[in-house]
Amino acid sequence: MKLYEYEAKEIFLKYDIPIPKSSLVSDIYGAGEAAQKMKDVVIKAQVHTGGRGKAGGIARASGPLEANNSARRILGMSIKGFPVKKVLIEEYREPLKEMYLGITIDRKAKCPVIMASPQGGIDIEDIAKNSPEKITTVHIHPLAGIHEYQARMLAKSLDRNNIPELIDIIKKLYRVFIDNDCQLVEINPLAQTKDGIIALDAKMVIDDNALSRQDFPEEENGSLEEIARKNGMSYVGLDGDIGCIVNGAGLAMATLDMVKYYGGTPANFMDVRAGANEEQVKKALEIVSSGKNVKSIIINIFGGLTKCDEAARGIIDILPELKIPLVIRLSGTNETEGRAMLEKHGIRLAASTEEAAKGVVELGNSNQ
Amino acid sequence: MGILINKDTRVLVQGITGHEGSLQTEQMIDFGTNIVGGVTPGKGGSEVHKKPVFDSVKEALGETDVDASVIFVPPQFAADGIFEAIDNGIELIVCITEGIPVHDMMRVWAYLKTSSSRLLGPNCPGITTPGASKIGIMPNPIHRPGNIGVVSRSGTLTYEIVDTLSKNGIGQSTSVGIGGDPVNGTSFVDVLELFEEDPETHAVVLVGEIGGTVEEDSIEFIKQMSKPVISYIVGVSAPPGKTMGHAGAIISMGVGTALEKIQAFEKAGITVAKSPSEIVRHVKLPPYKV
Repeated sequence: MKLYEYEAKEIFLKYDIPIPKSSLVSDIYGAGEAAQKMKDVVIKAQVHTGGRGKAGGIARASGPLEANNSARRILGMSIKGFPVKKVLIEEYREPLKEMYLGITIDRKAKCPVIMASPQGGIDIEDIAKNSPEKITTVHIHPLAGIHEYQARMLAKSLDRNNIPELIDIIKKLYRVFIDNDCQLVEINPLAQTKDGIIALDAKMVIDDNALSRQDFPEEENGSLEEIARKNGMSYVGLDGDIGCIVNGAGLAMATLDMVKYYGGTPANFMDVRAGANEEQVKKALEIVSSGKNVKSIIINIFGGLTKCDEAARGIIDILPELKIPLVIRLSGTNETEGRAMLEKHGIRLAASTEEAAKGVVELGNSNQ
Repeated sequence: MGILINKDTRVLVQGITGHEGSLQTEQMIDFGTNIVGGVTPGKGGSEVHKKPVFDSVKEALGETDVDASVIFVPPQFAADGIFEAIDNGIELIVCITEGIPVHDMMRVWAYLKTSSSRLLGPNCPGITTPGASKIGIMPNPIHRPGNIGVVSRSGTLTYEIVDTLSKNGIGQSTSVGIGGDPVNGTSFVDVLELFEEDPETHAVVLVGEIGGTVEEDSIEFIKQMSKPVISYIVGVSAPPGKTMGHAGAIISMGVGTALEKIQAFEKAGITVAKSPSEIVRHVKLPPYKV
């Protein structure tokens, strides 16, 4: 789960990592009021995507009137499809130097890795590509935690004139990373100002598997992704017109690839998870069929924990309301019962993933 | 015959009294697995499918020898279950649980490295040697004894491939699911090393997916192997930045696309199948002929 900049900064504040004075507002009146107190401000769109600056989602303003105008403009914006509902009004702090500090998980080393670069304010991927020598990385033993000498090395690589202050920030950021089950925590830029080092931006991504022991309010947006997640399933919207419902992530990816291989385009990824029952299969059909542009649906179940007859029952339950043609493949546990139930309803059954994928693509072609 | 397990492997089930633990214990017994008992804290002294239940791994070891344990404990307690198995010197730990926080798994890995235990998973379907033993949740009827080693990051896709092989008369030495999490125990290379040494295994089918670089990391070893490896990598249609079901299946910072993996394999001269039926065709082609 991604946190907004303001949420991440609230956490930084708790850990005593320096951030600019700020005020979160969702209407222009708040913006004016906040700007009155701080005079020189930056207005920043709060959205879950990068490239806000380039899209015009960040503006500097002096005084309430200018702040109001900018806030009005930014609050009406949509950045890469994300409508801006909140803006952060922040006291402007002039960066004398912009640095980068981030902590993530190194999948290969299977431990946290801290990355520091004296050059910040741009994407770490770009720094890594263009000037990799400017990035210092230090791996942390998860059972030992960060050692003083490691923080010192990183601090020195950032700015040798401010080592004690940077050591302090690095150690605090590592605590943030551990305590909040982060997949990523990033300060970019970490700025040197005339009044000291300060985090001008903040990015945090929390491990979804740890949300049950963390306390982050989930934002409701009514998306199909969210509805699926609340039903214990995993959905990702795509651009095509063939709806896909599969049990298991690997088989779901394979099914999407097969649809593409035969010339179709998947409308979504949907993993109903191993062990899906009648209700879940029915719910999955509801979700997938409500995706825009869905003209046909492929259902691919390899029963292990999932029983084919239960899946069939879920499909039959929703059949009267469904206006979209289906191609179904059922294999594994209780396959014979499941297939017999569906055949009675005249549903097209395929013997393998490949046959089903080919079938659903042909269905689309013949309807055109 | 096969790798890591055989018909004598004595298996302890951690989380045996839970719904899935109990159900899968029954399936494993049906398959012929030598289940010696189970563990659920607070349920010691009871029985599940006529197997004794203990309060702890240590108490189980007081009554019976154990070669392997399989974990069906819920995600928030699963890491603790793995630690318990490691501390009790269990040789092979198979963790089925999906949804363990990745920070827990980093700590488990650091601890595991200092021990002699091997961890398979988590978030995996386990391991099956047809005709001998099964530890995990792969459906019983799909397997057929033979000489193809299967190793995969997925669950149901493994079933699909094993089933396709079996239906085409191609049996397996052992099928192994290493799991779909970003931080796990046994890697592709670990399993490939075992298959390379196993006289019963004549060729290997490797099933990969998007996310991370474990496929690429295995290329150097595959190039040195005397046995052919046929690969299949899924997720060509996956968009960047989205988790595709498995916590580890995510193209992050541009790393881990299916295309990159496929191209790296092809460049190294490793066969890449485009579908399960193409895997069968490649396995049947000389010099891979079974």
